[in-house]
Amino acid sequence: METIAQIITLIRTTISFGTVIMYGSLGEIMTEKSGHLNLGVPGIMYMGGIGGLLGAYLYENSVASPVPFVGLLIATLGTLVCSILGGLIYSFLTITLRANQNVTGLTLTIFGSGVANFFGGSLSKLAGGVGQISVASTSSAFRATQHLTDNIPYIDDILFNYGFMVYLVIIIAVIMSRFINRTSRGLNLRAVGEDPATADAAGINVTKYRYFATCTGAAISGLGGLYYVMDYIKGTWANDGNIEALGWLAVALVIFATWKPLRAIWGAYLFGALYWLYNFIPGQSRSMQEIFKMLPYLVTIIVLITVSLRRKKENQPPSALGLSYFREDR
Amino acid sequence: MIHISKRGDFNRFKGDKAWLNRYAGFGVSLIIRLIALLLSLVVSGVLIYSITKLNPVDVYAEMANGVFGTSRRLWVWLRDLALLLTVAVGLAPAFKMRFWNIGAEGQILVGALATSACMIYLGSSGISNTLLLIIMGVSSMAAGALWGIFPAVFKAKWNTNETLFTLMMNYIAIQLTSFFVPMWEHPKGSNTVGVINADTQMGWFPSIAGNQYLLNLLIAVVITIAIFLYLKRSKHGYEIAVVGQSENTARYAAMNVKRIVVRTMTLSGAVCGLAGFLAVAGADHTVSTATAGGRGFVAIIVAWLARFNTITMVIISAMLVFLNKGAIAIASKFNLSNDVSDIIQGIILFFILGSEFFINYKVKFSGRAKE
Amino acid sequence: MCAERAAFWEGNVLSSKSDAKERNRVVAAGDGKPLVEMTDITKKFGSVTANDHVSLSIYRGEILSLLGENGSGKTTLMNMLSGIYFPDGGHIRVKGELVTISSPKDALDLRIGMIHQHFKLVNVLTAAENIILGLNESRRLDLKSVRLRVKQICDRYGFVVEPDKKVYEMSVSEKQTLEIVKVLYRGADILILDEPTAVLTPQETRRLFDVMRNMKNDGKAIVIITHKLHEVMEISDRVAVLRKGCFIGDVPTQRTSPQELTEMMVGHAVKLNIERTQPENVRKCLEVEHVSVVDADGVRKLNDVSFTANGGEILGIAGVSGSGQKELLEVIAGLQDALPGGSVIYTDMNGKTSSLIGKTPMEIKKLGVQLAFVPEDRLGMGLVGNLDIADNMLIRTYTEGSGMFVNMKKPRKLAEEIVKEFDVVTPDLQTPVRKLSGGNVQKVLVGREIAGSPSLLMSAYAVRGLDINTSYTIYNLMNEQKRRGAAVIYVGEDLDVLLELCDRIMVLCAGSVSGIVDGRAATKEEVGLMMTHIGGNADKEAGRK
Repeated sequence: METIAQIITLIRTTISFGTVIMYGSLGEIMTEKSGHLNLGVPGIMYMGGIGGLLGAYLYENSVASPVPFVGLLIATLGTLVCSILGGLIYSFLTITLRANQNVTGLTLTIFGSGVANFFGGSLSKLAGGVGQISVASTSSAFRATQHLTDNIPYIDDILFNYGFMVYLVIIIAVIMSRFINRTSRGLNLRAVGEDPATADAAGINVTKYRYFATCTGAAISGLGGLYYVMDYIKGTWANDGNIEALGWLAVALVIFATWKPLRAIWGAYLFGALYWLYNFIPGQSRSMQEIFKMLPYLVTIIVLITVSLRRKKENQPPSALGLSYFREDR
Repeated sequence: MIHISKRGDFNRFKGDKAWLNRYAGFGVSLIIRLIALLLSLVVSGVLIYSITKLNPVDVYAEMANGVFGTSRRLWVWLRDLALLLTVAVGLAPAFKMRFWNIGAEGQILVGALATSACMIYLGSSGISNTLLLIIMGVSSMAAGALWGIFPAVFKAKWNTNETLFTLMMNYIAIQLTSFFVPMWEHPKGSNTVGVINADTQMGWFPSIAGNQYLLNLLIAVVITIAIFLYLKRSKHGYEIAVVGQSENTARYAAMNVKRIVVRTMTLSGAVCGLAGFLAVAGADHTVSTATAGGRGFVAIIVAWLARFNTITMVIISAMLVFLNKGAIAIASKFNLSNDVSDIIQGIILFFILGSEFFINYKVKFSGRAKE
Repeated sequence: MCAERAAFWEGNVLSSKSDAKERNRVVAAGDGKPLVEMTDITKKFGSVTANDHVSLSIYRGEILSLLGENGSGKTTLMNMLSGIYFPDGGHIRVKGELVTISSPKDALDLRIGMIHQHFKLVNVLTAAENIILGLNESRRLDLKSVRLRVKQICDRYGFVVEPDKKVYEMSVSEKQTLEIVKVLYRGADILILDEPTAVLTPQETRRLFDVMRNMKNDGKAIVIITHKLHEVMEISDRVAVLRKGCFIGDVPTQRTSPQELTEMMVGHAVKLNIERTQPENVRKCLEVEHVSVVDADGVRKLNDVSFTANGGEILGIAGVSGSGQKELLEVIAGLQDALPGGSVIYTDMNGKTSSLIGKTPMEIKKLGVQLAFVPEDRLGMGLVGNLDIADNMLIRTYTEGSGMFVNMKKPRKLAEEIVKEFDVVTPDLQTPVRKLSGGNVQKVLVGREIAGSPSLLMSAYAVRGLDINTSYTIYNLMNEQKRRGAAVIYVGEDLDVLLELCDRIMVLCAGSVSGIVDGRAATKEEVGLMMTHIGGNADKEAGRK
């Protein structure tokens, strides 16, 4: 019996963990499809996380008996506002001002983690309160489960006993995949990321598409921060650099998924499983556990090398990735 | 409507005075950068005011006091400056070759690990401190170089994306550090390495003329000058400049591009590894996943903004370390979290990055006289 | 200037003012009114006038050939019609109405579509996806109806397009077909094809011409930019000729001959008075045999090329651009791989021979070959734009001397000498070469290359974009090297120059050697015909039609 319980725990940890990086990664796929490499994903996830927490905190502290669902809405709104703001900073600098994407992204990561950890750490102090910030009521709304199949053993725990954001991310992945592959706008977006000059000549507004993709991408990545704060760590704040680590893992996942949203779904769970695998292999020293956590990155490097070796066109990064577009450069 | 065009060269001066154009052009870009810096300080000031309700001028004065107030603080500033500068300078050869080495963070960490390993395993072997320090330095460079070689070889051979590869190498290095921390744990159960050789001080940088951090500074200065000369005057440096500008020209000039890529990344990794040595032997005397502390990333920004010019890197590093230290000082004074320094750093860098546009492009609002 | 040139032909051809009756006979399907009228179009790039008051009309149901040498302004003129460039002067009428075309989209709205030499296709997308790119933004991607319409277009004109094939899997000819279908799908009635046959095999060319005839019969107006005379004779109804940015005239194809067109294209020989000495002490320097090159796309760029270059003489290489000149020089310099079976043998001043084929530039350098190469792409290959003059001197010699540091004394001295000797206009030696004007850049490059006392000097389009004085400086330098005993290979585009400068001229045509002629005896027309026909036998080809 204990093994089954262990397996269920592994699956549950994997899915929660995978959900965080899947959000981050889906957002980054969206951004990279337009030809912009945003290394600010960790920063944006930070901003999304703190935006949600801030919203919920302000709401819960301003009314006597907070309604969880209202808290949920306000938190989500806070997340979207903050993460899109991060996306806008990045877009304005890299698209309009053509600043270097790598450097801007890294700066955004520094900025985002600063903003988030600053407010996360001193929010209650600034508001005159004491102790650790906590938004229990709102968090409960995020963690509410459905219990659809309460009487079937295991299935409920494996498939259904999660907060709604675990399912939302899969829906987003499917919608994104359909958008990219099945709509005219998605086609135009791909063209912008592959060959902006050709897209421009075909009458596509390259700047508009790039802004749209980076900001939508930022919003999706930001939701990862929200899920982490509200569900994964249950409505508190921890200044432990975890979001940053998860953010980089999300960037890795983009490569692993070879820029395909649907592949990011199982990729995210695979990363989660690899990351937590050590818990379920008995007799590991603490040191060896860390080697297991290295696996997602190693796997990503192997994918990266394989992709460059096989040169299969469908699996390559968007050709214009990392390059600014200026029509008169031709 | 707004029309954007590439800014041409400064050509106000004609004939005999044409050489003045270069300096005038330099002056223009300097002014644009200074305006950006000023604007960013104003924005940060407004931010600080809105949080603390303090006069920003006082706050900046407090920052300066926090950094330069005592000779101890000044030396800590110099120590951190030395460390950041070493990393940025280490990145310069790779960047000049247009090779995006985002992996400095990892290269610092493996350098730090190699240094710590030498301190732990050779610290009580009876060799002299000088010899131990030399062994530590060499191992840290070897480890950093190894971290640089992998992505370079794959880039040279199969054109594997180096930005993403070096980024992943960072996290392998972090996990490797997490692997060693429990092995070297001291005291047991603390999950930290603790101060290595606290009793014997083996492998620690010695104080020179009473200054604990003088050696850090000296090493950084030597490295900076060496890389400056390497890039400006050496045959290798010349090859790097040509490969970075045009691979076609490099082939035309009978250069072996692949070999140059691998060699340069080896050097870049080695210098970043050496920064790990400075961090462990010269400052922390311990190692953890926070040893690099994001310097690998900040250094990328430094190297980029300095346009690979090692001397400009000194100025930018000095400014960033000042901001960092200063912000931490006001944070502790006003009981805020240290993270405020990252916010200010971010804002300033955003402005400087954005200002590059106005240096490279001209913005014209149509409706004005056409040219 | 243009007026004189045009006047010369007034007797033979329909000038732009010639009577409509005459034209109506040529353009059977048209209603006599022009579909497009370009009047007095002028376009300048800096100091160069690419089009000087050019007027041209295009009619419904005709195939018009736009003929001219490289740099005569054909593509520039058509680019203004398709919205890539905006004219500095003149106006355009479409169906009688004055229009402003400031983007490719404007052009398409006027039903004008251009198929460029460099295809504008997204490689990882399929044919159908490329076709509807940027269209019907708000709708969902309906590839089914695209396929249907593509099939309709294909059936109508005789194309073959596989809608689901990815562009990167396509041959050049398939990509070109796709570009044409893309333009037709967007409703173009006026199609401009920029040198469409340059990348096609003879069979593919024939298929393209069939399609073009079908489109013509369907009432479309087609402009084909070309410099291949036999194609002009074969496909077009009317020929318009440009030379050096000027409109020379237009003639009905049926009433002209390749000889006449060649004369219109190249003009009469102009005396340039380039000094040419008799070759002395001629010795074998470079023997090239059976060299063939295939590029990354699988297109054959050089086809079984054999020739000898001798020390003490200038060998000119003529040919329309893209006939394999670049590849030939790069194979010799070790920058390009050749197909197996060819050989390149170099003989030095002492009679020692060595094989250069398959060697890297480094290996060639180590053999002690004194090879100087002035490539076509001056700032992209020969020089580093961001480095200053002295640093650029180092490209050939930076490895000299022991130790790890570069000796800057010699290059600085060389830079000073070059600046002084060739009057290079530069604020100082520290100015990056990209900031110099084209002529000064070339002086720096040529100066460096001849400084090494080469035994073999190769130059590609050495005077392109230079003013007259600088050009003569370059000619003199070539002659000086010849007198020194170096073998000089001069790839050029101006036939007048080639005929006065070179001792022998090898003419390349589509990657093959069309013939090698004596530079003192050959005529401009002879070389011009060889450029477009192997062996220069135009009559036979035209007669076959």
